[in-house]
Amino acid sequence: MAGGQVEIGQAGGLSDDGETLGTDAFKILSAIEEVWCEDGVLLLMDLGSAVMSAELALDMLPEQRRQKCLLSNAPLVEGAIVAALHASLGEPLQAVNAVAEAALSVPKLPGAG
Amino acid sequence: MAQEITTKQLRKWLLAYAARIIENEDHLTELDTAIGDADHGVNMRRGMGKLQERLQVEGQSEDISAFLRSVAMTLISGVGGAAGPLYGTFFLRAATSPTNGSSIDLPQLTQMFRYGLDGLQQRGKAQADDKTMIDTIQPAVEAMEAAVAAHQSAAVVLAAARQAAHLGMKHTIEIEARKGRASYLGPHSIGHQDPGATSAYFLFETAAEVLTTTGAD
Ligand SMILES: Nc1ncnc2c1ncn2[C@@H]1O[C@H](COP(=O)(O)OP(=O)(O)O)[C@@H](O)[C@H]1O
Ligand SMILES: [Mg+2]
Repeated sequence: MAGGQVEIGQAGGLSDDGETLGTDAFKILSAIEEVWCEDGVLLLMDLGSAVMSAELALDMLPEQRRQKCLLSNAPLVEGAIVAALHASLGEPLQAVNAVAEAALSVPKLPGAG
Repeated sequence: MAQEITTKQLRKWLLAYAARIIENEDHLTELDTAIGDADHGVNMRRGMGKLQERLQVEGQSEDISAFLRSVAMTLISGVGGAAGPLYGTFFLRAATSPTNGSSIDLPQLTQMFRYGLDGLQQRGKAQADDKTMIDTIQPAVEAMEAAVAAHQSAAVVLAAARQAAHLGMKHTIEIEARKGRASYLGPHSIGHQDPGATSAYFLFETAAEVLTTTGAD
């Protein structure tokens, strides 16, 4: 994540066609491998099966890599924007995740929330 | 030497399971329409189509663990919804249970289901009475364990599993969902049978039909 470089991968839908809704742990696994960086990989998810598939993908990673991955509780869209920004500043994984998760409580409408 | 179950028989079982799910696609979708997003039938049918293709490839390994792993891989990338990682984890974990290579005895078969159940619970964090597939699988595994401890035959053990699975599936009608998509409905989920509990029931129904017959296939 250092040096202003941020790799972002995506893994939505099933492997086959990329059109069927759902998640595929193997697709998530290859996305992690694709963007792999020794500083770590932050995983952002939407609801439902995404969380279980992401956990399953982590189970299938080799131990040293798994340790450097973090499942984030951040909202997918807001979290991705905030995380990419902070990662590009060279902040460590845990700090990037902390600001991304904080995006959960940022109101979209002024005066709301 | 007690009766052993071979990879061939397990393959026959899962082919019967795939066929049963495909026959029941509309029923599963109907159940998921009432308390979910109406895709459980489609998800499972897609996965089962992939599984049929996979199981019909000639010249595969007869090693039980390798066999169960390949089933898991197929379901993980073939099913799609929550059921994909859940059934995938079930078979992935079942593949780590002790075998005799290309066969398992009845206690080992029971242990295989237990490993699968434990994996499923770790993955989905659901408990009994959360209105999920756990409500079918857990009582079925417990019934198998009790029957095996009483030295019953395969036919008795698997009949007990089927009966417990059926009761568990029906019990999901009475309870409120606390896990999965249906949990967003809260008390409105009461009165409907859980789709995943229903697809899981067919695992035990077909096991009772197929795995009790002896012989090469
Ligand atoms: N956390 C969980 N633990 C166990 N089973 C679950 C869990 N979440 C969902 N399920 C099962 O998955 C079924 C729904 O599967 P499916 O419709 O394929 O997925 P989705 O909910 O993503 O649409 C439910 O009926 C339930 O039995
Ligand atoms: Mg569904």
